[in-house]
Amino acid sequence: MSKRTFRVWRGDAEGGRFVEYNVEVGPGMVILDALHRIQAEQSPDLAVRWNCKAGKCGSCSMEVNGKPRLSCMTRISDYEPEQIITVQPLKTFPIIRDLVTDVSWNFEQNKRIPPFRPKAPGPDGKLRMWQEDVDRIQEFRKCIECFLCQDVCHVLRDHEKKQNFVGPRFIMRIASLEMHPLDTVDRIPQTLREFGSGWCNITRCCTEVCPEHINITDNAIIPTKERVVDRFYDPVAMLTRKIRGEDPARAREEGKVP
Amino acid sequence: MSDQLVQIGGHGRGFGATTRSDNWWIGPTLTFLGLSAFIVYASWAGMQGAYYWADPYLSPMYAPLLFVDPTAPGSAPVDHAWFGTFPAWWSKLDGLLPGLPKRALSTPAALILIFPATFRLTCYYYRKAYYRSFALTPPACAVEGVRRGKYRGETHLLLFQNLHRFALYFALVFIVILAYDAVVSFFKDGQFGVGVGSIVQTVNAILLAGYTFGCHSFRHLIGGRKNWMTCDGGKASTHHRLWLGCTRLNGRHMLWAWMSLFWVGFTDFYIRMVSMGVITDLNTWD
Amino acid sequence: MVDVREIKTVEHDVLIIGAGGAGLRAAIECSNAGLDTAVLTKSLLGKAHTVMAEGGMAAAMGNVDPRDNWKVHFRDTMRGGKFLNQWRMAELHAKQAPDRVRELEEWGAVFDRTPDGLINQRNFGGHRFPRLAHVGDRTGLELIRTLQDHAVHKGRLQVYMECKALRLLKDGDRMAGCVAVWRETGRFLIVRAKAVIMATGGGGRAWRVTSNSWEYSGDGLTMAYDAGAELMDVEFTQFHPTGMVWPPSVRGTLVTEGVRGEGGILKNNKGERFMFRYIPERFAPETADTEEEAARWLAGDKNARRPPELLTRDVVARAIKAEVEAGRGSPHGGAFLDIASQRTAEDIKRKLPSMYHQFKELAELDITKEPMEVGPTLHYFMGGIRVDPDTQASTTVPGLFACGEAAAGLHGANRLGGNSLSDLIVFGRLAGLGAADYIKGVSELPALDEDQVRDAIRWATSFLNRESGENPYVIHEDLQELMQTKVGIIRNATELSQALEGIAELRKRAENAKAHAASQYNPGWHEAMDLHSLLTTAEAVARAALTREESRGAHTREDFEGEREEWGKVNIVLRKLDDGSMEVRKLERDEPPEELAKIAFATIEDLEAGRV
Repeated sequence: MSKRTFRVWRGDAEGGRFVEYNVEVGPGMVILDALHRIQAEQSPDLAVRWNCKAGKCGSCSMEVNGKPRLSCMTRISDYEPEQIITVQPLKTFPIIRDLVTDVSWNFEQNKRIPPFRPKAPGPDGKLRMWQEDVDRIQEFRKCIECFLCQDVCHVLRDHEKKQNFVGPRFIMRIASLEMHPLDTVDRIPQTLREFGSGWCNITRCCTEVCPEHINITDNAIIPTKERVVDRFYDPVAMLTRKIRGEDPARAREEGKVP
Repeated sequence: MSDQLVQIGGHGRGFGATTRSDNWWIGPTLTFLGLSAFIVYASWAGMQGAYYWADPYLSPMYAPLLFVDPTAPGSAPVDHAWFGTFPAWWSKLDGLLPGLPKRALSTPAALILIFPATFRLTCYYYRKAYYRSFALTPPACAVEGVRRGKYRGETHLLLFQNLHRFALYFALVFIVILAYDAVVSFFKDGQFGVGVGSIVQTVNAILLAGYTFGCHSFRHLIGGRKNWMTCDGGKASTHHRLWLGCTRLNGRHMLWAWMSLFWVGFTDFYIRMVSMGVITDLNTWD
Repeated sequence: MVDVREIKTVEHDVLIIGAGGAGLRAAIECSNAGLDTAVLTKSLLGKAHTVMAEGGMAAAMGNVDPRDNWKVHFRDTMRGGKFLNQWRMAELHAKQAPDRVRELEEWGAVFDRTPDGLINQRNFGGHRFPRLAHVGDRTGLELIRTLQDHAVHKGRLQVYMECKALRLLKDGDRMAGCVAVWRETGRFLIVRAKAVIMATGGGGRAWRVTSNSWEYSGDGLTMAYDAGAELMDVEFTQFHPTGMVWPPSVRGTLVTEGVRGEGGILKNNKGERFMFRYIPERFAPETADTEEEAARWLAGDKNARRPPELLTRDVVARAIKAEVEAGRGSPHGGAFLDIASQRTAEDIKRKLPSMYHQFKELAELDITKEPMEVGPTLHYFMGGIRVDPDTQASTTVPGLFACGEAAAGLHGANRLGGNSLSDLIVFGRLAGLGAADYIKGVSELPALDEDQVRDAIRWATSFLNRESGENPYVIHEDLQELMQTKVGIIRNATELSQALEGIAELRKRAENAKAHAASQYNPGWHEAMDLHSLLTTAEAVARAALTREESRGAHTREDFEGEREEWGKVNIVLRKLDDGSMEVRKLERDEPPEELAKIAFATIEDLEAGRV
């Protein structure tokens, strides 16, 4: 057991300040353990959002020494023994109190995305698809919605373009639907015009902070941007479609997914 | 760093505002220096219009050779150029821009460097690199950058980035040309042999291929755009195999980007030094 | 004096408390029935404890082994539950689970595939055939995300996030809604509804070593009990055999049974594969008795019997405890769970990615190279609110329904792994249908009794308004210590009585707990309010456990060893009496329908040959 100093931001939308706490830390302890100890021993009203404490629910997102992290998966021993550990709420979302922010904006974005609509099952009533084809989307479905990617995305964080851009989490959600072999909804025009795929400048911070190690940028955002290019920016592809009389949106709706 | 006004949540505002306590600025600084060094060297080397040829080696910055100026020292024989010597009017352009090297405009490199440059400029990796280290949007994760509120992403001026795949088409042609040059570098006066330069040129072609075939647009075009990459029955298909191979390269796209960038510069430098007679190429011919 | 009219009041047809798998599935069904539906959740949407379920959901689809069918699944469930399950529930569950899983796929769930492109199924403890539809080791996350994404696009379905239900409201005997409090603002909310569905899960937070999150404070059980509902089978608390034991801060965190399903073996500190010594007679004919046979099973030999590591959870948990007590435990008091020697590193990372990740990040251990240290952790409540099997309606309170872990009956004395996720979707749907059917007969919104609201609010605010009082966290810790030591895996009358005394004392302390004054997002306040639920749940478990004088399934009494025939004929039911005390009653079980009994007691050979 040894003592460590934590600098925790306390306050609400009106204002607040950093408060220092000295906490006994033991082997294997994570940041969330230290916050719980502060709650139990020093400040029972310290507001922290958490649920599973095993990195599976994505509730305890906060910023530790300036980096967006899940506090339940951040070991205290990862920091130099003498270092003061600064704990702050997420920057991108409005604060409720202490380390808890109002992330409801994210839930609103999810509602805007047209849901999955599968094509009709085969004659035996079963849907078939192959593991090799779903590997890609299964990666995206690992997302625990901790919204760390949303927090770190500078488009939302610093430029506050929440009106224009749904953020990496939801571009990835779109990717998981668009790449689904059985889906029949065309979301590409909306992805460009309403969800703002062009606002992302692929600076990759979303991928860097993802606690599930999902390769958001390379596997979800860029392939989605490329699909937008197919539809709207590639003159050759557009001309070819025109000559052949192809309509990708209709083809998809008819279940003719390439 | 600028003054950090502590606001709600303890987050600062303004350029450079962050609570990060690690050395976050090292990454973008190194990228800035690395890219700048290459740009400076490539511009200088490209504008020389000379010492790019050391039989049988040809600098990748000058390939393919469209026109040559046979009067330049260290230039390739005229029969190596696709279209012979530079037209006379072209060579006269050089005098119009004082202060630049003698053959700054009538250099064979001027005609072709634009293609690999565009490929790298619109590359999804380099975009990250220079948006961070040059444009500072943002300089690092969770560090506030510039243009607060004025940022428009790739929605307006930068829409051209969407044409990356066309730059890719040219880059693929260049891979063929550079591979051909690499093969040619093993033959001097029709005689097979091996020199350090041949190996340097071969490595260059390989690294560029690794970079080009790991391109995000390539990955999309060869399979990623499809949702059914496997054949019916889940059997492996060409699409899927190609896509998997590309995915493997793509996972290290940044590494390939830097290695190939460095090696292009190094290949030019090596051939230039041999051509200038500063160093002697070890080979089986002499 | 609280002015009830100043409190925000919302009106819905049906109120669902809890937004885990069961709650969301019920909500979807209510919305499909055209009801105006409200879902209340203490957390954010999609964070419910369902995400912790890892291995998969059991459904006899026969995609991997075509010999599987509902009868075998039903038989496995009954045998796993030591024949204390409600026959009808086990039947409904086994019959309907496959359709519910397919439905999830139509809603966008992306399960792992078989080589034929169908939903893949894996082996699990107590299941005769590979039966668990799964997505790596994060099936619960897939379930919740699928239901969440489907539900948010449903009409007339409103989700109240971070809103904690405090007390159910009644109009005479029947349900009228609830009083709730927003965590964010500390403001109260009255939800009026014609029917209430409890989908609140269990109460594992009363123990110290548990895989449960803070939400598992037994709220639903307690609210229903306080409103007059019966609780049943609560003595059966499942200790999952494999929780993490090191480091201390993650003690109890779940290690999926999928590790054993994929071939993981248990060893003691002498390197012995000890499970061969703990095979119960009932399972001996179906369990491998040599390492060689177990290895053949893992290699896919359909004639080989299952390894003993895949015995039911109660058996494995007790075996680990016995090894540790005999001095053969691992350095931190558990057993070694070894997958590294059984599978390639690549396989492990592909099949068990989140386990790999969890140990790497939290214990600095590479499970592809080293064995894990594991020990029992409180995981699941088999018992809960007593309901009608077909409609999930409370047996005593009209308009109250329950589903998922909050309801009792499907699992009997012990739950099979994988049966909980299928429980959620099968009975979540039935609860929704049951509520919709009930509402057809309710023309007007039940009346609001302002006194009940005032009473609830007075109670809730008392923790804030008190001048001084005890720190609720300390009381909670003391309760956890008490339950851990006195109401653990192995129980006896003396300790259970001591536990009841301890709980009574803690109750007095809890009534005087004091929370810091701020009501906005104040975890200390919620902790103080949760104590009532935790203590009620703990008392129910301890009382029922003291009453059941035998050892069956997850309930083990060292003073009454072995199953007793007379106890196989009764379920224990608890009810709150008018004087506030807890009534314990033995409820005679109905005779099973003949056809079901035949299936359940058939030999596996007869069942497979279609002779039943």
